[in-house]
Amino acid sequence: MAYQITNGCVNCWACEPLCPSQAIQAAKPHFIIDPSQCSECVGDFSEPQCASICPVEGAILDASGRPVNPPGSLTGIPPERWNAAMAEIRAR
Amino acid sequence: MVQAVTTLETGRQRTERTSASGCASSGCGSRADKLAHLPAAIRAKVNDHPCFSEDAHHHYARMHVAVAPACNIQCHYCNRKYDCSNESRPGVVSELLTPEQAIKKTLAVAAAIPQMSVLGIAGPGDPLANPERTLATFRALSEQAPDIKLCVSTNGLALPELVDELCEHNIDHVTITINCIDPEIGAQIYPWIFWNNRRIKGVKAARILIEQQQKGLEMLTERGVLVKVNSVLIPGVNDEHLKEVSREVKAKGAFLHNVMPLIAEPEHGTFYGLMGQRGPTHDELQALQDACSGDMAMMRHCRQCRADAVGMLGEDRGAEFSVEKIEQMEIDYAAAMQRRAEVHAEIEAQRQTQREAREQAMQPQRAEIFVGLDSLTRRRPAPSTAHPAVSTASAAPATTPLAATRIAARPTAEPANIIRTAGRPLRIAVASSGSGVINQHFGHAREFLVYEADGQAVRFIGTRRVAAYCSGDETCGDGESALTGILRALDGCAAVLCSKIGIEPWDALEAAGIAPNGEHALEPIEDAVAAVYAELIAGGGLSASAPATALSA
Repeated sequence: MAYQITNGCVNCWACEPLCPSQAIQAAKPHFIIDPSQCSECVGDFSEPQCASICPVEGAILDASGRPVNPPGSLTGIPPERWNAAMAEIRAR
Repeated sequence: MVQAVTTLETGRQRTERTSASGCASSGCGSRADKLAHLPAAIRAKVNDHPCFSEDAHHHYARMHVAVAPACNIQCHYCNRKYDCSNESRPGVVSELLTPEQAIKKTLAVAAAIPQMSVLGIAGPGDPLANPERTLATFRALSEQAPDIKLCVSTNGLALPELVDELCEHNIDHVTITINCIDPEIGAQIYPWIFWNNRRIKGVKAARILIEQQQKGLEMLTERGVLVKVNSVLIPGVNDEHLKEVSREVKAKGAFLHNVMPLIAEPEHGTFYGLMGQRGPTHDELQALQDACSGDMAMMRHCRQCRADAVGMLGEDRGAEFSVEKIEQMEIDYAAAMQRRAEVHAEIEAQRQTQREAREQAMQPQRAEIFVGLDSLTRRRPAPSTAHPAVSTASAAPATTPLAATRIAARPTAEPANIIRTAGRPLRIAVASSGSGVINQHFGHAREFLVYEADGQAVRFIGTRRVAAYCSGDETCGDGESALTGILRALDGCAAVLCSKIGIEPWDALEAAGIAPNGEHALEPIEDAVAAVYAELIAGGGLSASAPATALSA
């Protein structure tokens, strides 16, 4: 039972002070969650704190490896629009 | 990141903050009048703040330290990922600083740039979503750099709970980015906020944010803190609504309103950039600023700078003060503070001289409009003696056939009586690197200040940012495309004033109907604009020496 941070993390520090278990640490190349400390906020908050403030879609995975904030869920940008725009920019 | 702009914002363009400094007057007549309606205590507070006083921004520098990475909201014009050193928008930074590094950097910059008067924290997230880092920085600086003004820019969500602590640290300038007071509109700008340990979306989120912003604004003004409100103008979303915002924040005591244009490009990776939301045109921005100005002082000189910007508003010297470089700097702060006090005294003396000259110049002209006088028969004053630092010397006053042709091609032909009615407003762009005078080569300008003259007054209406036509390195791309961009930026201007200009851009400007003018180098901007207005209206009134001067570079 632990969340984890992916390389989508932008090291913004928003999650670190919120963690009720002090499971989150600054690290290179990005922040990490100590799986032995993470409680998924059970007993402290109704919603996992790190995933509730994280601004980057896909940066936090739940225990089963699924993104808590999947593409499009935070920015409102449809994933297909995002992919098309990135392809356009790369082709320039 | 938010792209709000203001003096302090950092990375994201936080919508919430915009930094502006501004001209306090709604109509901004001559510069001397701009802050005249304010109490003396407030004028003194903003006198040397480049983001709160338009006049001050010609003379004083500011810096932002990027100590605040976390944010508690998302704005559709912000993308927290983006960082490019060539990009200038509020949510962008190159390196995040610890409070200790920020303090060292501030002392280093204050020692190296004696015009510096203000230290702001603006991001790249929201400073008040990082209260420990932000307040630790302010606490140390209020002790170690007591002559530097401290200010902060915020989206306002966490403002009410932190107002008293900000006051304890002597923060007497705060910028709040307020894009709306209607939650339905807010829901189109803010997809979510983090509030009471939950992510909240939609209209409910916008309502909470708006309530917090308004409450924070009231609390600050009750405590005598100067509040500037930044708003991002998003065409079709909040454009009409911003008039109401302006009235409301003025009623609650905001000192200045800074309406900034949305910055949205697909490569920024923002919602607006990717979904095709456009920014406003120059005319749309000005029309809205004018509409709001009936209700309160508007800031128009905001550069929407980065959360780690360093230097005068139009420049960014951040690269000179990277963490690596400042680690090696030895700083004698006491000596630097002394030096800064001297430089500030010199600046104030210069400003006083400019003010007196302007007032004097206004006297005899009132009856006749400001036209005329020396402007119609102007010859370049012998440039070499008074100001050896600027190379106007090559400006031989010879009239070449080429120059004569150019004069003939100049837009002219206004009926002579217009000079008496003096009503038709013209926009005139200016290249200046500071001090309130025309002192920059056209090819080196990274921005142009745009003024509007109508024969009665000269008012500053905004800044047009451009890629330098000639920056002297391989990164500037080819001159032709840079020039195209400059012409687009100067659209609507009747003339552009600079210290010097090359033949190629001269021709391109003229072809575009914009009169190039290198004749007023080192003159105070507003005087020169008034003179050129008179010349343009009179038609063909420019002296023959002007083009020769300009062509010399």
